[in-house]
Amino acid sequence: MSTRRINWYKYAAPANFYPLAGKMIPFFTVVTVLLFIIGLYVGFFVAPTDFQQGESYRIIFIHVPAAWMGMFLYVLMAVYAALGWAFNARLGSMMATAISTTGAIFTFISLVTGSLWGRPAWGVYWVWDARMTSTLILMFLYIGFISLQASIDDPRRADRAGAVLALVGLINVPIIYFSVQWWNTLHQGATFTARSFTMAPSMLSAMLILMAACWMYSIAVVLVRVRCIIREREREAPWLAEAVA
Amino acid sequence: MGGYGFYVWGSYGVTLVLLGGEVLMLLKRRRAVARIAPEPKVETRKAKFEAAMVSDKL
Repeated sequence: MSTRRINWYKYAAPANFYPLAGKMIPFFTVVTVLLFIIGLYVGFFVAPTDFQQGESYRIIFIHVPAAWMGMFLYVLMAVYAALGWAFNARLGSMMATAISTTGAIFTFISLVTGSLWGRPAWGVYWVWDARMTSTLILMFLYIGFISLQASIDDPRRADRAGAVLALVGLINVPIIYFSVQWWNTLHQGATFTARSFTMAPSMLSAMLILMAACWMYSIAVVLVRVRCIIREREREAPWLAEAVA
Repeated sequence: MGGYGFYVWGSYGVTLVLLGGEVLMLLKRRRAVARIAPEPKVETRKAKFEAAMVSDKL
């Protein structure tokens, strides 16, 4: 049996994670740009016009990935915040803080693009429908998390308060996901499930490629932000202070 | 865009502005951070090797 294992604990230390994150950023940046170019090309030049909605359906290629990222990033943020809180791992809390801004932006994009799609599809920009209302609550949870952390001076106390809020708010994620099944909503059902694809293959691939692009984008941006947070918070720590001196 | 230009380009425009804005704000923050805490010198394997070579010559 091999004795060589990745020492995960090593990278829980900001001093070790900082250079690792620095090495990963260029890779994720390049992949993000390539995937956005390919995804947008397939979405606008390969995917056919929808027989019911005409060209307006092309909003789906950014709306669905943004909505998914809003939810995924919230779960990820809550998990990191919980790790930071439970194990007193400050990098976990820093990751949660770094993710929150990007998650809020994607949630906002999903609300705006959904509204712009709602007008041609349903005749209205906004209705107080279960999915839209629960997504709006998600947006407020992100804003609450960011403002709560910003209002507390001591970073570790801010981390703990944020973790409580993030974990309590986690209940909203399954509500968003299942809202189209639990309530009779104006919003359409899931775009695709494990059993059935309801779209043409080129439409589906454009959406999946842009989904991957949004993931890569999020990773790149979060890594840059967490490096900023590490340097801001740890500048008094020996590993940084010595380097500066 | 078959009469849907405002909605389609509006959606992609908002996305571009928000994601582009996020990247710009982040680059600004990175520059601000660099002023208060310069880039830490991380000991790479190459740097360690070069340091060892120098000390050998001495």
